[in-house]
Amino acid sequence: MAQLIDDDPRIIEFDVRTDEMLVNMGPQHPSTHGVLRLVLRTDGEIVSEVEPHIGYLHRCAEKIGENLTARQWIPYTDRMDYLAAMNMNLGWSLAVEKLMHYQVSERARHLRVLIAEMGRIASHLVGMGAYGLDLGTFSPFLYAFREREKILDLFEEACGARLTYSYITVGGLTADLPPGWLRKCEEFLDQFEPVIKEYHALLTTNAIFVKRTAAIGVMSPELAIEYGCSGPVLRGSGVDQDMRRDGESIYTAMYDGYAFEVAVMKNGHYPRDHQYPPVPSDAVIGDCWHRFFVRMLEVVQSMDLVRQAIDRYAACKGPLGEPVKLTEKIPAGDAYLETECPKGQMGFYLISDGSAIPWRVRARSSSFSNLAVTHELCRGCLIADVPAIVGSLDIVMGEIDR
Amino acid sequence: MRGPGFLEQLEAALPGAVSGSRLDALDPWIEIEPSRLVDVCRWLREKSQVRFDSIECITAVDWFEPDPKKAAKATWQPHTELVYHLWSTASRVSIVLKVKLPRWKGDVPGQLPEVGSVAGVWRGANWHEREVYDLSGVWFTGHPDLRRILCPEDWEGHPLRKDYEQPLEYHGIRGR
Repeated sequence: MAQLIDDDPRIIEFDVRTDEMLVNMGPQHPSTHGVLRLVLRTDGEIVSEVEPHIGYLHRCAEKIGENLTARQWIPYTDRMDYLAAMNMNLGWSLAVEKLMHYQVSERARHLRVLIAEMGRIASHLVGMGAYGLDLGTFSPFLYAFREREKILDLFEEACGARLTYSYITVGGLTADLPPGWLRKCEEFLDQFEPVIKEYHALLTTNAIFVKRTAAIGVMSPELAIEYGCSGPVLRGSGVDQDMRRDGESIYTAMYDGYAFEVAVMKNGHYPRDHQYPPVPSDAVIGDCWHRFFVRMLEVVQSMDLVRQAIDRYAACKGPLGEPVKLTEKIPAGDAYLETECPKGQMGFYLISDGSAIPWRVRARSSSFSNLAVTHELCRGCLIADVPAIVGSLDIVMGEIDR
Repeated sequence: MRGPGFLEQLEAALPGAVSGSRLDALDPWIEIEPSRLVDVCRWLREKSQVRFDSIECITAVDWFEPDPKKAAKATWQPHTELVYHLWSTASRVSIVLKVKLPRWKGDVPGQLPEVGSVAGVWRGANWHEREVYDLSGVWFTGHPDLRRILCPEDWEGHPLRKDYEQPLEYHGIRGR
């Protein structure tokens, strides 16, 4: 009998009693994407419970918003999701414009699409590179930052800032593009397109990466919906939802006339003339690999949208229009608008009492909802899988803590 | 959610739960009696024709006494308002629920107003309610784990209330 137990490879130390242990991960941990603290209840290598502690980066953004005019709050939205500040500017601007019944010019609309989709590429590049770091590979991070740097250079040329842009603002954009910018942007896209193959070779199809992510942290569509998950996290679970198509008319009107398909597995891959790596046989819908892959698909999708936007913007001869006054009064009432930011659906809620300063502003953070699901995904996984799962959610703490 | 007959269905299923509505507003909203909130949410999630299967956001608005200069024009009495933004993934429509609470329970300063927790209806509401409790000071009865989420656990006061005063000192750190 003893012989039999000794031979069983699953039982390694059958006479060693294991105890539950609380392991603290963070807040200063390289794989937690900012100051996130996770308390793991572990038994050996198995995690029985994960409890995220957030708030280390809380900067009272909503309270500050109650003391500034709508346009003055734009820089604070930059600092929420600082990896996709353009998209955050856009979300807040549209929410204010919704309440003001304001419509931007055609030229500003196409420029906004162009800028927002470039921002999405930049954000997904960081998401991809940092995910590689979480799983212990350094080089994809450098490859991703090499290309992101070029996007930041383009942004810098357009608005002067490299991280916190405040470029898109209520009523339009702060400035038009400098001459020659579109050509540089096209050059970047031409150069960037073949590079995506490198990313697929480095990560997507890498055997170790697939082993670390396929069938890990599987999230059912029902769970994702109940927790209010959104963006690549939701679409990675096979739910066909994208605010650019399903959102409110003020937002979807921005993408009127643009051809794109939501990046979700059942829709196939878009654009169709691009080469995509095969889905590994171990991967199941809703696992870490799929959440990662949706982002890679969206990079290609955004690239295609940028090309379309360049053509439309260049064809627009009308004026760009001026942003609203800094002290513009906002009509009394409330408006809530969700936009599709790279991390998910970012909602801005604004209540005005008729003056220039909002009575209440609220930022509904996508990463906040996406992170709330962690304890469900990590139940019963290995300690080494925790960074893989948290990394696949692609969270930004600035947006969660606000 | 502007569908015809939706409000009638809700009123027929749960009489007395709806205390007001504005379906022609920018974001159509329904005002719910605080005591019936959980029933309404459960109905919206499980029984209504459009299943609101996702909770996007819970906001607390502190309608504090208006500025004396503007008091003549103010249209509200002091109260706390909870705003629930719900979303239906299948039908791709949203709805807004509003719940009016007193600023303090029984008008005794320091006593937090109470409302039923919807964390049992959507698990995603758990963190949102914790945030509302933390920043705006609303107590959700029946919440599985109502603690502060953004502020430290020993923080005093609820910062998003309009009459909040920043502490002068916190563990030896000088404020103001």
